[in-house]
Amino acid sequence: MSTRTLPLLFINLGGEMLYILDQRLRAQNIPADKAKKVMNDIITTMFNKKFLEELFKPQELYSKKALRTVFDRLAHASIMRLNQASMDKLYDLMTMAFKYQVLLCPRPKDILLVSFNHMDAIRDFVKDTPGILSQVDETNKQLIEVIYTPLSGGEFQLIRQTLLIFFQDMHIRVSIFLKDKVQNSNGRFVLPTSGPVPYGTHIPGLIRIFSCSGEELRRMQFRDGGNYSATLREGSFEMYGDRVIKLGTNMYSVSRPVETHMSGTSKNSSQHTKVNTTPNPLAKEELNLLARLMGGLEVQKSTNTDSGFRVNLFATDEEEEEALISRPDELSYEVISIQATKDKQTNAALAKIMGEFGETSEPAPSSSSKGDDLLAMMDGL
Amino acid sequence: MSKMYHKEKSIQLKSSASALYNNLSVLRIAPRCITYFTVVHANVVNMVSASWDGLNYSHRQLQSKEGNVATSSSLIMQAAWCVLPSRDLLVLTSQKGIQMYESDGSIMVYWHALDTPETPTAKAVFARGIAAVREKYICVGVSSGSVLVFDVPSKGSNITLSEVLEEHKEAITDMASECSGNLECIADLVSADDSGLLCVWKSGEDFQLLNKIPGFDTSCSSVKLWKGTVIAGYGTGQIRLYEGVTGILLAEVNAHARWIYSLDIAPFTGLIEHMYNECVTDTQICGARFCDGDGYAFAVTGYDLSEIIRYTQA
Repeated sequence: MSTRTLPLLFINLGGEMLYILDQRLRAQNIPADKAKKVMNDIITTMFNKKFLEELFKPQELYSKKALRTVFDRLAHASIMRLNQASMDKLYDLMTMAFKYQVLLCPRPKDILLVSFNHMDAIRDFVKDTPGILSQVDETNKQLIEVIYTPLSGGEFQLIRQTLLIFFQDMHIRVSIFLKDKVQNSNGRFVLPTSGPVPYGTHIPGLIRIFSCSGEELRRMQFRDGGNYSATLREGSFEMYGDRVIKLGTNMYSVSRPVETHMSGTSKNSSQHTKVNTTPNPLAKEELNLLARLMGGLEVQKSTNTDSGFRVNLFATDEEEEEALISRPDELSYEVISIQATKDKQTNAALAKIMGEFGETSEPAPSSSSKGDDLLAMMDGL
Repeated sequence: MSKMYHKEKSIQLKSSASALYNNLSVLRIAPRCITYFTVVHANVVNMVSASWDGLNYSHRQLQSKEGNVATSSSLIMQAAWCVLPSRDLLVLTSQKGIQMYESDGSIMVYWHALDTPETPTAKAVFARGIAAVREKYICVGVSSGSVLVFDVPSKGSNITLSEVLEEHKEAITDMASECSGNLECIADLVSADDSGLLCVWKSGEDFQLLNKIPGFDTSCSSVKLWKGTVIAGYGTGQIRLYEGVTGILLAEVNAHARWIYSLDIAPFTGLIEHMYNECVTDTQICGARFCDGDGYAFAVTGYDLSEIIRYTQA
């Protein structure tokens, strides 16, 4: 549908990922300098010029598989490691959070304000590092001027509809949402029928009848069953300003841990109709897309050989292991699979590109090269 | 005396409804005592036929299949039945083009491809907005603002594109033909777009533009035409009634606190008066249709919901 959805999806998911990682780094008492390095590295990678150029081109949304692969890479852009279970959980949280934000946005255009909330927070994470800050600012400017200011409400609605198709049928329960009563125990979000109406909307209840000459003949009231109040002022769409909307701001803190529940979501799993249903024939096309995208994902190689550390999205290692084993099949994130026997050239090219943006030279447990590891990971299922 | 509606047993769907405008179409087949419902889920159309006694339900799924399946799958924007005197056709509009099926979804009788560019452009390309007009036309809107007029014979697949109407500059959102059954009405068709512009047409060998009613900076997502009156639902949650041919604003309703996704009228009632409201808890509604001309029953669909919720008058 809308060919301008991908940048918004990427920035908002990326923003949520940073909120979560920031919280986990603090919760695990990772030394401040290492934590900062991780955040800086990931943000630098996210806002890499070539990468963003590729991302901002008009195009259809990637499949869930392809996007998950991109975020896997992004999360590993620094010295931090995540096990499979933690990466799965991170991705669950990111996607459910953004789904919530898209659904609850009063107007489709407000998704842009949500994106600005994420951008504002990212800017805050790197405010002490001018080099990265200018990259972020430049992207923000591009977002505003080139991409989204000329769009009409109807076009924003198309973007919203495209996002909602991407998130269709995802009902993973998130502890923090359940506690705040914004999500029901069946995984569906609570939609309030009270509060301020969106900017530009009138409070429901009034019917006005006009004469042929345009005079109001009479008016009538009806009860609409909701409890709405007048609209708040409109949020700012400039580089800086009060966004008014709270969606997209950081809801995590050290005292509000991140948890998800896996059970109870499999009821509707048989209705998981994936948008891209054709399996392998798609892989090559997606691989090409990914190769082009990843080609722009350069990471500054760290000069010191500081060994990396692992971040756990769960309270204990045992919990993490348990989560991996007990994750329902239908909720497993598939990573792009490569037909190893065919397309050797594409494989080699991709492996080379993937190898290039590595990881720092941490001695790998096995003796295989970086490229092979990544290829193996990509081979996934 | 307002009659209350109460909730009936829902109809289960094979997959959930996508958040698309007017995402529910209903076809009542009186001779067989069944009603068909269609709901779009991404690139699939869910069809359910429900017997009036509530005992039999049968399901069918149509997938948008076009020439080149190797590339990205095509998302369906809308599915709707077109009722013509001699035949009923099910029309699907997608990113790739327009498909027309026999009313039970069994055979595809026509396929029209849109001009999709080699590399994606900033403006999306798709077809959306479907209406059957008079005896032999099916009109379909396009994202460029064009309205395609197809000439439909009383049987067979010799459907032809007879005209392209170019008045809208923004993507077509919805279209509606005169539904009162009154043949004396001058206006046959109304088309709506993302800028809120409404165009009122008279059908014929060459369609004639009768009037252009400008928008007010907000998209019109759903529209109906009844006894020459245009009833339009907007992104601001407002419903407006205009006299089609003159463009005179007759009434304005601050109806909803969110963007209107779907609007329907029961043609045999003639009521323009608030009767009833209901809230479907925690569900964003994307389709709403009366199930019969008297307004005795109506149905709604919601995003992520795998059922059609029904209400009937007590």
